[in-house]
Amino acid sequence: MNNWEVVIGLEIHAQLATKSKIFSGSATAYGAPPNTQADLVDLAYPGVLPVLNARAVQMAVKFGLAIDATVARRSVFARKNYFYPDLPKGYQISQYELPVVARGTLKVMLDDGSVKTVGITRAHLEEDAGKSLHEGLPHATGIDLNRAGTPLLEIVSEPDMRSAKEAVAYMKKIHTLVRYLEICDGNMQEGSFRCDANVSVRPKGEEKFGTRAEIKNLNSFRFVEKAIQYEVARQVELIESGGKVVQETRLYDSDKDETRSMRSKEEANDYRYFPDPDLLPVVVDEMFIEAVRATLPELPDQKAARFAKDFALSAYDAGVLSASRELGAYFEAVIAGLGASHAKLAANWVMGELSSALNRDNIDIANSKVNPRALTGLLKRIVDETISGKIAKEVFEAMWSEGKAADAIIEAKGLRQITDSSAIEGVIDSVIAANPKQLADYRSGKDKLFGFFVGQVMKATGGKANPAQLNELLKTKLGGGNA
Amino acid sequence: MLHNLFIGELAERLVKRQISSVELTRHFLSRIERLNPALNAFITLTAERALEDAAAADARLGKGEKGPLLGIPLIHKDIFCTSGVKTSCGSRMLDNFVAPYDATVVARLKGAGTVMLGKSNMDEFAMGSSNETSYYGPVRNPWDISKVPGGSSGGSAAATAARLAPVATGTDTGGSIRQPAALTGVTGLKPTYGRVSRYGMIAFASSLDQAGVFARCAGDAAAVLQAMAGFDPRDSTSVDVPVPDYSKALGAPLKGLKIGLLREFFDGLEPRNAALIEEALNIYTGLGAETREVSLPRLPLSVPTYYVVAPAECSSNLSRFDGVRFGYRCKDPKDLLDLYKRSRGEGFGAEVKRRIMTGTYVLSAGYFDAYYLKAQKARRMITDDFRAAFEKVDLVIGPTTPTPAFDIGAKMNDPVLMYLNDIYTIGANLAGLPGVSVPCGFVDGLPMGLQLIGPHFAEAKLLNAAHQYQQATDWHKHAPRGYE
Repeated sequence: MNNWEVVIGLEIHAQLATKSKIFSGSATAYGAPPNTQADLVDLAYPGVLPVLNARAVQMAVKFGLAIDATVARRSVFARKNYFYPDLPKGYQISQYELPVVARGTLKVMLDDGSVKTVGITRAHLEEDAGKSLHEGLPHATGIDLNRAGTPLLEIVSEPDMRSAKEAVAYMKKIHTLVRYLEICDGNMQEGSFRCDANVSVRPKGEEKFGTRAEIKNLNSFRFVEKAIQYEVARQVELIESGGKVVQETRLYDSDKDETRSMRSKEEANDYRYFPDPDLLPVVVDEMFIEAVRATLPELPDQKAARFAKDFALSAYDAGVLSASRELGAYFEAVIAGLGASHAKLAANWVMGELSSALNRDNIDIANSKVNPRALTGLLKRIVDETISGKIAKEVFEAMWSEGKAADAIIEAKGLRQITDSSAIEGVIDSVIAANPKQLADYRSGKDKLFGFFVGQVMKATGGKANPAQLNELLKTKLGGGNA
Repeated sequence: MLHNLFIGELAERLVKRQISSVELTRHFLSRIERLNPALNAFITLTAERALEDAAAADARLGKGEKGPLLGIPLIHKDIFCTSGVKTSCGSRMLDNFVAPYDATVVARLKGAGTVMLGKSNMDEFAMGSSNETSYYGPVRNPWDISKVPGGSSGGSAAATAARLAPVATGTDTGGSIRQPAALTGVTGLKPTYGRVSRYGMIAFASSLDQAGVFARCAGDAAAVLQAMAGFDPRDSTSVDVPVPDYSKALGAPLKGLKIGLLREFFDGLEPRNAALIEEALNIYTGLGAETREVSLPRLPLSVPTYYVVAPAECSSNLSRFDGVRFGYRCKDPKDLLDLYKRSRGEGFGAEVKRRIMTGTYVLSAGYFDAYYLKAQKARRMITDDFRAAFEKVDLVIGPTTPTPAFDIGAKMNDPVLMYLNDIYTIGANLAGLPGVSVPCGFVDGLPMGLQLIGPHFAEAKLLNAAHQYQQATDWHKHAPRGYE
């Protein structure tokens, strides 16, 4: 395994967030009853013609600008011809030789904190096909054309990724970017964001690429990682046992965690691409491009750099906090109330308690049960030492479930921190008195028992003793030890 | 008789309430009933609806509304979708297809107050030059019913020549209006590509298809074009260029008009045909036009170029006829592949299949460059040749067809011979130019056409040149015997 290098390129399909389809006036909303969002154009009735949705072009250009790509002044729609029941025209309108976006790059941060630049060969506009339905239809196949004609941006990377993890990191970055740009809702369950992975292996040091297999239609980051890992292992095993990888399309079965052959290149279609004579070349001028550029938001990398600089955060923290526009906005709202000097505290809470609560209850940050203002209210009490960080977690949970402000919960539950030295000393004295054996052991060198006494005092005070003061006082009281 | 009147005259009588649209419609319906069986010019008759449309037109006229087409009966080629009416495109594939919407051409002409008498017969999917590929049988030429009327808009041409309607719509992909107009002795106009919306017109070759009109004179064609033309947001290839007043343009004198004689059109032209063109040129010279020879050296590439481009586009355009959503579906398909194969195998006729196969071949990996790309290059060259010619002359002139109407069955077994019928008409389609064919005399008792081709969007100039010619001649007034 160590003698092999993995080569991965991804083709990501991002469904563009237009209200209507790319060539018809039908709505694109997800989940409508079958065929209620398909008009005569989507059904490919005789005589109908496609008309390009300009919003889709704007979105593609926006993406191109965000990855510093070449935006083609002239791009061409072509027909990809093949027969399939969910493809009503018998061809898919796509871009072939002249895509709208070419030659961009994307910086991706890897787990080890290093940054990798991935080349993006092209991004082109195309229409989605419909869906074939089999459930509940014995001896028949249903066709739902609601999805037919939905605009897609197909983003094709260079074969630059060298591991499944890199591929996932790249895909996540694209996912972040398209949501930042508000050109795709990124919903992977609904298929709004999915990818095909081209995977090959070659002996380390070899320049020539190995034969690749294409794994189709991966719709979760986890599946991308697992499918690539399986596929790499399969190819290595195959070659090492004297076999040869064949160029083919494979499907990932998530239940069995394996990829299976779908069709080999020999039986592949000849798509007979040619320019679609129903559509004029898409011509975008400088003015159009500049108008789109003006709508670009602060991009993830820009935001991360600003967070790192303005708030003295690590590159990792800055990266996590800028992973979505909403998260970044939440964080900045907290900073606004709390002050930039407490950015690290805010960062830890947003990435820690808040994120895990959101994940646990599976809700997104826009609907968070604790809003930025409420969280700021809580963090202020840590800053002014009304409560300890530990108590704050308890308060946060209460805020999350009861929806009340931090102060109200602190008061109602009497969680205010005890900072009165004599009160803490009193508790320490009674704890020491109640545990003579532990005291003796501690004094005879069992330093670890210091924690035992801290715990006992905290228990007795309901966790409210100021931790720094408690440490200080306990050290003095226990004396004799080495602490 | 009413059926010999031009629509300008009919419109005047309608406006003056000397005749009602219902009466006019009945007149043509009774002619159709009597004369069509020998011609087979219709696929669908819409008599009942025609009378309703006519009554509606009469109501509008009664309110004092005026319009050059208000209350005028016409026929639509069965390639145009007509809401609630069978739209077969001459094919078994669409024999059961009732269009759920109106083509833009149909909607615009309906809005102008025309009365649809029916849908005309045509070559299957507009693929043919004789109207013999129709699932509904050949159309016969009213000048001699043993002859073809030309195609693909053979039904519209024959019906117009036989005075079964004053005007009819057609489509022209490689000559499908001009060639049958010539062979039946009527005026046929193919506008500039993009002048008339293709929305609702069942596609044969999208980059070549253009809707146009059959009439008995250029003035009538101008009036119908006026209603058809104009940008349509539903057709991205329709062009947003203002529509001039075509009827007003008909008065301009031809003095100083520079007419180019296409040398390539006269090389090897049959002497009697050449003589008719010579005669027409004399008329034009007499009207003050100047003639000079121009050469389009790459024009001879037209036919081979066309027979790559058109089949390529048709092979893709016709993929939607798969038996899944509409149209013909084979009986008891055993699986998906069987459904496709048999529905298409049984639904399409021989010529359509030939072109789908040709088109599939020229687009295939390994052949694309040699055929499709090369044809695109040749197409640009032909367009460049025309452009260069139009720097020297206003219009070019030549014959519409090499020969008059031929016998039914004569060329059906020789596709290449059949394709050569369009040798003079295809160039205008490849270059997207407007062209008109006007009757210019007879060979062997059969009408012949004179073709005028102009620069893009020069329909007004073209129609005026045709109109002036018709003011000086009466070839367009000849009616076939039995149809006077």
